[in-house]
Amino acid sequence: MTGTEGTMPVLRAQNLGIQFGGLKAVDSFNMEIGESELVGLIGPNGAGKTTVFNLITGVYKPTEGSFYLNGQSMNGKKTHQIVEAGIARTFQNIRLFKKMSVIDNVKAAMGAKLSYNLFHAVFRTPSYWKQEEELTKRAEELLQIVHLNGKEDYEAGNLPYGEQRRLEIARALATDMKLLLLDEPAAGMNPTETEELLEIINYIRDEFKISVLLIEHDMSLVMKICERISVLDFGTTIAAGTPEEIANHPKVIEAYLGKDDEEVEEDA
Amino acid sequence: MTFSLFFQSLINGLNQGAIYALIALGYTMVYGIIRMINFAHGDFIMIGAYTLFYTIPMMIHAGMPAWISVFLAVVICAAVGVLVEVIAYKPVRRAGSMSALITALAMSLFLENLAMVLFGAKPHNVQKIFDLPSVNVLGVALPLNVILTIGIGVVMMACLQIFIKSTKIGKAMRAVPQDRDASILAGINVNKVITMTFAIGSALAAVAALMYCAKYPRVTNDMGSMMGLKAFIAAVLGGIGVIPGAMLGGILVGLIEIYVKLFAPGWYEAITYGILIVILLVKPSGILGKNVGEKV
Amino acid sequence: MEKRFKVSYFLNFLGVLAVFFLFVLLFENNAFGRSTQYIKGISTTACYTIIMVASLNLVVGCMGEFSLGHAGFVSVGAYASAIVSNGLTGKGLPDIALFLVALLAGGIAAGLTGVLVGIPALRLRGDYLAIVTIAFAEIIRVLFCNLSITGGGKTMSGIIKLSNFYWSFWIMVVCITVMYMYVRSRFGRTVKAIREDYIAASASGINVTYYKVLTFTVAAFFAGIGGGVYAHYMTAMIPTNFNFMYSAELLSEVIIGGIGSITGSIIGASFLSSLPEMMRQFSQYRMLAYSVVLVLVMIFKPGGIFGAWEFSLIRVYERLTGRKGGWEKSRKKTEGGV
Repeated sequence: MTGTEGTMPVLRAQNLGIQFGGLKAVDSFNMEIGESELVGLIGPNGAGKTTVFNLITGVYKPTEGSFYLNGQSMNGKKTHQIVEAGIARTFQNIRLFKKMSVIDNVKAAMGAKLSYNLFHAVFRTPSYWKQEEELTKRAEELLQIVHLNGKEDYEAGNLPYGEQRRLEIARALATDMKLLLLDEPAAGMNPTETEELLEIINYIRDEFKISVLLIEHDMSLVMKICERISVLDFGTTIAAGTPEEIANHPKVIEAYLGKDDEEVEEDA
Repeated sequence: MTFSLFFQSLINGLNQGAIYALIALGYTMVYGIIRMINFAHGDFIMIGAYTLFYTIPMMIHAGMPAWISVFLAVVICAAVGVLVEVIAYKPVRRAGSMSALITALAMSLFLENLAMVLFGAKPHNVQKIFDLPSVNVLGVALPLNVILTIGIGVVMMACLQIFIKSTKIGKAMRAVPQDRDASILAGINVNKVITMTFAIGSALAAVAALMYCAKYPRVTNDMGSMMGLKAFIAAVLGGIGVIPGAMLGGILVGLIEIYVKLFAPGWYEAITYGILIVILLVKPSGILGKNVGEKV
Repeated sequence: MEKRFKVSYFLNFLGVLAVFFLFVLLFENNAFGRSTQYIKGISTTACYTIIMVASLNLVVGCMGEFSLGHAGFVSVGAYASAIVSNGLTGKGLPDIALFLVALLAGGIAAGLTGVLVGIPALRLRGDYLAIVTIAFAEIIRVLFCNLSITGGGKTMSGIIKLSNFYWSFWIMVVCITVMYMYVRSRFGRTVKAIREDYIAASASGINVTYYKVLTFTVAAFFAGIGGGVYAHYMTAMIPTNFNFMYSAELLSEVIIGGIGSITGSIIGASFLSSLPEMMRQFSQYRMLAYSVVLVLVMIFKPGGIFGAWEFSLIRVYERLTGRKGGWEKSRKKTEGGV
């Protein structure tokens, strides 16, 4: 599962970069993610990790470079088009549809799979009922995967923190993606919750055959589940390789040592 | 267009623009500080105008100079502004922008209808404070009171700039919109700053009322709503929350209005609004505003 | 679940029928004596106001944006339908067909205006959107003041009187039903998701612009129909009727009734549109009282009197019989409304 030689990578980012004013937030970012691969993206605060996510999901338009999903160029596409093509994400600062029910959060992300039009909706045709019923069933299955079954009708904003993070994953799954971007999914979780999350991520990857790109501050988590890791610092990739290689990479140690205190605070 | 017509219109436009700019300042200062469109602000002009209407004859009767009533108007407007803020706006400040907007609309309705109950729906004529002759400039007869009006407007704006830039409370007024929490940490009493903002904004509305009455000496209970709306558009055009923006926007709207009136009298409002829409779409934060994106 | 909904729809239909026959009974028996005609008129006013307010609630409640220019769409519908009905009068159409064609024309004209306004305007959000909607409504008003077909700024009169209470009532019922179905379908769900978080919505594959413009258009369409009923009730109108204050009035009726509650819109609109009429002898004070109520509601109940709550006959029925739907149990309640 390591390496992407021979087969077409799910994601290929080529010299991706963005400039805000004079500041290069991300500079020639290169990455290839193979099928079912779990890749980690780490780096000190402000290194540009979330910016990479924002570039890949079309929230920001790259000022240079390009990226491809299954060989198909995603440049210039809008966020929802990129999602439809198969990239879904979660957010570092949870962004749920807070005042909607848990199940509606998931259903809202499955809209693309519904084909009934205004006429069907207004007249409540059999097609409406059939599609809505299938939708509910599918949403319930997804909630089961992230262990939120039984909480379908809760208001999403009232869920505890850890469950909100899991609901975000379910919502991302609902888009039927090929590549899942997780932005610090374990932030603010206790060890038990993190363990549960790990199981879920592994399960999802095996069950749906998807690739995962993970930003995480919890180094033990990244080292444990990622097959490959890229390290960003000041917008540039300073190292890439297997967890062992990264752990002993002099540049990584340098980048992290000076900022070690901050990292500790961040994790706390 | 002949030169004299152009020049005449320029002066008229500046006069109109100075009035809008003074009103727009009130909108922009309040918006900058509490992110709220104070729809009642336009009605402060009406209050100022009614004050002038009632106090000028009183002053003349008492043998005092008429311009003292300007100070009365300023004081009364400032008091009303602060009262509206304390009674209606403060309680809804935490309830979200929708509630704030509706409360402001309601206060506008309230003031207009209160004025109707108190003073009737009939227009009143305000006595002139200054009776000045016209002077001949470049072959155009310019009433001196128009020149005076523009002068007052410019002086007021300059004073406001100096006040904001160099006094302590002025600096606080600039700090709060930028970072409210940091301002609190820096020891700024935000409530006091907000009250002060309302007082100054409303006082400027009183001056605007004076200028308006010098040009159109008619007072009605709904005179503020249309004026207010246009001044507000001016504030948005220039960049709401930005003080020089309000001045620029006000002058622009005044000039546009007067010049468009020359060619298509029925359409000047539509043109003004059209320009506003175009500018907002090109630069959503207005001409001098700063674009702020949402952090993802 | 599907069955429960169908029972619920049927119950609601029965409820509407009951209300209708109550009105018929009252009016046909002259229950209010000499003022029956007058009250009938007020009820018609209430009907079209409900349509306008509920349609605005799609934007305010469902989409979470303020529109302060709804009167603009109302006026487009009013003028378009009046022009169509004037053109078709005497062509042998029965009144009801004429009325429906005129209303549809009004709705479509307003809907098209909604698309034209929505595509540029909905790129903005919050206060800026509110401002741009004011600007568009004012432009529409100036346009109507200058076009000869709309009376060129003078009163357009002689519109055939087609809006009677009974017809208006059923038109209102149909409009409300369609809007309700819209909200309680994938469309409403999607727009609500956008309201909650537009960035997360687009990251969930939702075409934010499309759904916002669609909802705005639907709202404009119904505002136009409301305007059509208005025009054929008033029989005369002038562009300044649809000024900023009218938009503000509609918006405040939405808010007082409850942001996102169709029940609230219905009760808010019918109460607030008939109240000024009933208080005519105190007309000087009625707007004053109205504004005070508005401020009080905002201070003490910022979400409006009904919040997002919806009245539902099936819930009443279930409470009375002690039966509960299997899926509603005692779970934490989620948003009920739009």
